[in-house]
Amino acid sequence: MSVARDLKPILVVEGLNVHYDTGKGPAKAVNDVSFSLRPGERLGLIGESGSGKTTMATALMRLTRAPGRIAGGSVELDGRDILKMSTKELRETRLRDIALIPQGAMSSLNPVMRLEEQMIDAIVAHKPGMKRAELDARVQELLKNVGLAPEVARRYPHELSGGMKQRAAMAIATSLSPKVIVADEPTSALDVVVQRQVMQTLGRLQDGLGAAVVLIGHDMGLIAQFADTVGVMYAGKLVEIGPVRQMIESPKHPYTRLLVDSLPGIEVKRELTGIPGLPPPLVDLPPGCSFNPRCPLAFERCRRETPLLQQVAPGQSAACHLYPEHAALPPLPPMTRAHQELRP
Amino acid sequence: MTTLIEMRGVTKTYGAFTALNDVTLSLSDTSPSMTAVAGESGSGKTTLARMMLGFINPSHGQVLYQGKDVARMTGAEQRQFRREVQPVFQDPFDVFNPFYRIDHVLETPVKRYKLADSESAARAMIEDALKRVGLRPQDTLGRFPHELSGGQRQRIMVARAVLLRPKLIVADEPVSMVDASLRATILDELKTLNRELGISIVYITHDLTTAFQICDNILILYRGNVSEAGAVERVIGTPKHPYSQLLVSSIPLPDLSKAWGGEEIPVSEASAARPNPGCKFAPRCPHVMEMCWDNLPPKYVPDSERLATCFLYRDAPVSASDDVASAFRPPNHPIAATAP
Repeated sequence: MSVARDLKPILVVEGLNVHYDTGKGPAKAVNDVSFSLRPGERLGLIGESGSGKTTMATALMRLTRAPGRIAGGSVELDGRDILKMSTKELRETRLRDIALIPQGAMSSLNPVMRLEEQMIDAIVAHKPGMKRAELDARVQELLKNVGLAPEVARRYPHELSGGMKQRAAMAIATSLSPKVIVADEPTSALDVVVQRQVMQTLGRLQDGLGAAVVLIGHDMGLIAQFADTVGVMYAGKLVEIGPVRQMIESPKHPYTRLLVDSLPGIEVKRELTGIPGLPPPLVDLPPGCSFNPRCPLAFERCRRETPLLQQVAPGQSAACHLYPEHAALPPLPPMTRAHQELRP
Repeated sequence: MTTLIEMRGVTKTYGAFTALNDVTLSLSDTSPSMTAVAGESGSGKTTLARMMLGFINPSHGQVLYQGKDVARMTGAEQRQFRREVQPVFQDPFDVFNPFYRIDHVLETPVKRYKLADSESAARAMIEDALKRVGLRPQDTLGRFPHELSGGQRQRIMVARAVLLRPKLIVADEPVSMVDASLRATILDELKTLNRELGISIVYITHDLTTAFQICDNILILYRGNVSEAGAVERVIGTPKHPYSQLLVSSIPLPDLSKAWGGEEIPVSEASAARPNPGCKFAPRCPHVMEMCWDNLPPKYVPDSERLATCFLYRDAPVSASDDVASAFRPPNHPIAATAP
């Protein structure tokens, strides 16, 4: 998982905006998000439900559907903007250059087709000339890569366990050796042991292909185990991004700190602290920083002015008004149960 | 010790498949406890929960609530059992009828068990229950399920259980569908109910981190068999059974010094395992010995406050009691004042 720092980015997302049109105005599910990814890099995008992370995943594939729409920005894959491609170009690019492992891959498989037929379907759509023998060999190779036995090719999805279906979806996603893999909570329905197996398989596949991965999730522990770079999303915005070690050991945004602290360990028993309150409705964001109503360190400026991403440490940027005045994140005041009361 | 709930040699089979095999577990009536039941999909943890709740009957053995066989209760006894043993389910979306306001799910038990003499008393009880789970009644009542988040809906289910002042809550994966950042708060509330209202809690989960944080003791199941049980500090802190070791080492911790090993663990599910009447973990076990295939290991006691069913500890004494709770650490908090 070494990332050559001098490689030029394979994926550059600039000012991406995705809106859902609602009766109350547009819900800005992805709000002016920019980041870039080098070949071989593993970016973990973390956020709570409703933070826009799945919307982000679908937008990277240009799979956004009504009432959602891409309202601006660019997604450049190897120098070509996915958002400006013709339908034909787009069809060729998906799977071949950028592939999605969807959330709940279990339900993305066709229940009435054998696994090999689904895999072949995907390959043939891009490489119509391939012979059956070559295809069969490729299917076997792909299954082997994800740790599935050859006989699994002849099975139907209902004959596979959750972990096997997730692996099968991974085999399909990597069938054309894409340059970027977008994995949207690929293990959210799996047990810890199977989760670890699946994530290790994804890591090995990616290393083999030299592909970049965007892993989307809500579990800081899982992201920490997999990613080199961590991006934190809150109410549609990227609020902090940086190398995984810095993000966990010295997060600069109060929200990142709370996310890290909300995960209890297995060494000492301690008072469990969640994050007080709930994310704001996307159609009705508070003025200033969207996190200010829940932030234990919010001050007057936070309620007035939206903070922009700024560099806060080498390779690490945060959108927070505490900087540049502060060198590090001040300690957060202890939370009481009263803080944790929720407003629906 | 009087027992609140006791599973006595409980086995559940579905045709040739054994979902749960010979589990004996008793929870005390005098000191409210928090016990975790952990294991992967298919380990039998939900089967155990459903039998504790009286939803299904064991194929062999008995489930006793305060000494009475749950399968043979009289109508009145069953009514009391149904009131005092409450479930909280995994899915905070499916349990609500979308056409009814939240109030309905809270008013029904009040009416059904005639908990209140008047409308205003009922309202006060419901408000108290909501406050206990950190919800504001004025912002919650009158809403429809779709207007609340998953975490809030799960809190309502806990509030519904609390209304009945149960002696036992069996919570089957109550937070697995809730965001990681909200899990902590809901679990903390369960802990508070245990401490303040003296409600015993059986927490079914595959998440060892939260089990460690809120529970006194844990029972780890693998394919229907107890693999290890005891105080959470023992079982999760220094696991003895190779399966518990695998589980603990697979926890994704946000701590880079505890990274998953680079080695990939073998995928067991792909190939049909050698059929074995012995230890069910044998096909995946890195320490498997010939004896493991043919014999079911007894409950060894390798050190205090735990037992492990694994032949690696065959030099240790075998547990004198079949009851896995014999290895449990007594809950360290005193019993709270009895609820109204």
